[in-house]
Amino acid sequence: MNVGKGLNVLLTALFITLFFAFLFGPLVIMVITAFNSSVFPRISPWDCFTTDWFRTLAGDRMLLSGLLNTMIIGAGVIIVAVPVGLAGALALAEASDRLRSILYTVMIVPILLPGVVIGISTIIFWNWLSYRLGDLEFLTDGIFLSILGQVTFIAAYSMLVFTSRLQRYDFGLTEAALDLGATPGQAFRKVLLPFLRPAIASAAVLAFLSSAENYNTTAFTIGAQSTFTTVLASKVRYGINPSISAVAVIIIAITLVAAIINEVHGRRRHALLSGGRARARIMGNPILCIAGHPAFVALILLVAIAAAVVAGGRYDSSVCTARILEEKRALQEKLMQQMTPAAPASETTPAPPPPPTSPPSTGGGLNPYSGVFGGGSLPGPANPAPPATPPSPSATSSPSAAGQPTNPYANVFSPGNLPGAAAPSSPPAPPSTSSPPP
Amino acid sequence: MTKTVNLDHVTIRFGSYTAVDNVDLSIAGGEFFSFLGPSGCGKTTLLRCISGFVEPTAGRVLIGGKDMRGIGPNKRPTALIFQNLALFPLMSVADNIAFPLEVRGVSKRDRRRRADQLLELIALAGQGDKKVQELSGGQRQRVAIARALAVEPDILLLDEPLSALDLKLRQHMRTELRAIQKQVGLTFIYITHDQGEALIMSDRVAVMSAGVIEQIDVPAAIYDRPRTSFVASFVGETNALHGKVGAQEDDVVALDLPSGRRVFGLAGGNRRYRPGDACTIFIRPEQLKLATAESFNRLPASVIDIEFEGSTRHIRLEAEEAQLRLTLMNEGTPASLAPGDRLELSFDPEIASVLPSGPMAKA
Repeated sequence: MNVGKGLNVLLTALFITLFFAFLFGPLVIMVITAFNSSVFPRISPWDCFTTDWFRTLAGDRMLLSGLLNTMIIGAGVIIVAVPVGLAGALALAEASDRLRSILYTVMIVPILLPGVVIGISTIIFWNWLSYRLGDLEFLTDGIFLSILGQVTFIAAYSMLVFTSRLQRYDFGLTEAALDLGATPGQAFRKVLLPFLRPAIASAAVLAFLSSAENYNTTAFTIGAQSTFTTVLASKVRYGINPSISAVAVIIIAITLVAAIINEVHGRRRHALLSGGRARARIMGNPILCIAGHPAFVALILLVAIAAAVVAGGRYDSSVCTARILEEKRALQEKLMQQMTPAAPASETTPAPPPPPTSPPSTGGGLNPYSGVFGGGSLPGPANPAPPATPPSPSATSSPSAAGQPTNPYANVFSPGNLPGAAAPSSPPAPPSTSSPPP
Repeated sequence: MTKTVNLDHVTIRFGSYTAVDNVDLSIAGGEFFSFLGPSGCGKTTLLRCISGFVEPTAGRVLIGGKDMRGIGPNKRPTALIFQNLALFPLMSVADNIAFPLEVRGVSKRDRRRRADQLLELIALAGQGDKKVQELSGGQRQRVAIARALAVEPDILLLDEPLSALDLKLRQHMRTELRAIQKQVGLTFIYITHDQGEALIMSDRVAVMSAGVIEQIDVPAAIYDRPRTSFVASFVGETNALHGKVGAQEDDVVALDLPSGRRVFGLAGGNRRYRPGDACTIFIRPEQLKLATAESFNRLPASVIDIEFEGSTRHIRLEAEEAQLRLTLMNEGTPASLAPGDRLELSFDPEIASVLPSGPMAKA
């Protein structure tokens, strides 16, 4: 009996661990990669702790303008989709049973339609309309079209939110307001709307989030402009670096902060509303009263984040990155030296580079490859493909990081020095294209 | 201030369903008038019609002599107290009461003053800042009344406002409602399925069944002189014996029961019967008596069981014609009856109503 129970507990614990690992594992890994100086987002091998990727991000014009567009579109979607959704929900609530099921189906269709279809149909329709009306520019503007395209299905989301709230509404309250002399407008503003306030807030948040994360509709409607998601998508296509992880860190941080504040607010509200002892406990104790206040918690979190940003901003990883670069360069150097005698058909003998300041400790040289594959001492992966963490664009722009390491690399990257033909044309090229033949 | 309400041959249909059928009555200004009937009899529809949420399919609603057709609920001089009270849950007690003033653009200070006055009227002075949820059922009830009174209506409509309360509170609120009505002197139109409420509070009662008004009368007449089988069986407890009319002289009807026994009662509603008409005689349990030597209208029966209720004893008996119920006052003498005892009952013809057999209220 007891054994079975113990096993049960163990299995449950195992399941929960696996479940959360599945849920949060990728996020944790991604967050860690944001702080690794390796040009490709990865956690092992660990190069250097760095905050440079956030600087890279802050300097990314495309991403920032995309973010601005996302904000504008999100705001527009909230302004249009929430009232439309509310109107739909009210129509549903007041329709007769038969009409209701028909209306519901019609309203829900945009959610079921593929986003791509909505995107394409939006452009076609508005382009046609713009053409008909005599080339009205704004009708084919990317942001305008994206708002309309997204509203098509996000309004249905808001409608669902409002519908569930309205199910708990006693329409007798509206009747009571009318009976007491309110006009229908007053009854709506003073009785129904206050009741719907929580639903309005959640519909707005939901609308903004669905708008911000939408890709498949936006990809069509945005046209020549870009949003945050389309920029991210193009980054993935053309090669990523850990600044994407930095984006993730920022988003996760914002989500966490919002969730914590919301939770604190909810608990406090619950305790205050339930009255009695819980309320007395909060109101009676001045420390608890302040410490439990959502504004106070928000302040603490903001201070913590500000501190993290300042500390991160001061942190200089250039020494460490320089050292890693140096190690890799030295390794490569060594490899090339070992390869040279074995490569009879090399046209040019590479000029011996300046001697490495700290050569890899695996000396020996019994087998030219023992050092490479021997593990342990090597900082880089077995394949020395990424040529010693080339300075990323932003790294070169920051003076402290740029100054020193450029010189030693002049030799390595100068095409003339390389035995192979394929030489990376630009230093920050992604790993796949930059593997120089050793 | 007080206005009359006239329902001029009002019929209300929903599709093919007739909720209210040709109701024609008038309610005097300052009267406490009740509609009494089982659920589904159309009384709430009638009330919603008076308050303006439903337009009559045929007929007119006149308030103070003025036809109300096309005038919305917010423009009528009526205030409705809903069955579930419909207090606004997100507003304080004072804001609830002041709501009718707020929508009429009364200044905040005047609103507050009026709300305080009304709170005093309903004995909740100083509780204006509480949330509605913090009040007890009876207090909410009074807040709903105060809110309706804030409109300064000519007619207050109440839709079973006491049905959500427990028995004790309900009994208390009955007297309180009546007192408030006397104090403000408005026309109250009250809807209920509870005959106790209707009889205690009302000046006049209209008994409704299936959309039709069965009888309009003062409470005592409703109870003592029912005009239809439905009213007799719906209001109060009663014993019903079916039979055929043997003869009628003036008001007194002789009814032949299937057992061959002949009993006498008064013709309900001053009706004239012909011999052979199928009729029912109704006798209240407290008006049945143990027969003495000289009584007539005798009914032999045997005791089934006895319920002792303190002030009274309820006795179930088996007579040849039907099961009977007898209520005896507790007069201090020890009960001599026991189940199985055979005895003879009698009743005064003056208090028994002979009515045409018809649909009766379900027990």
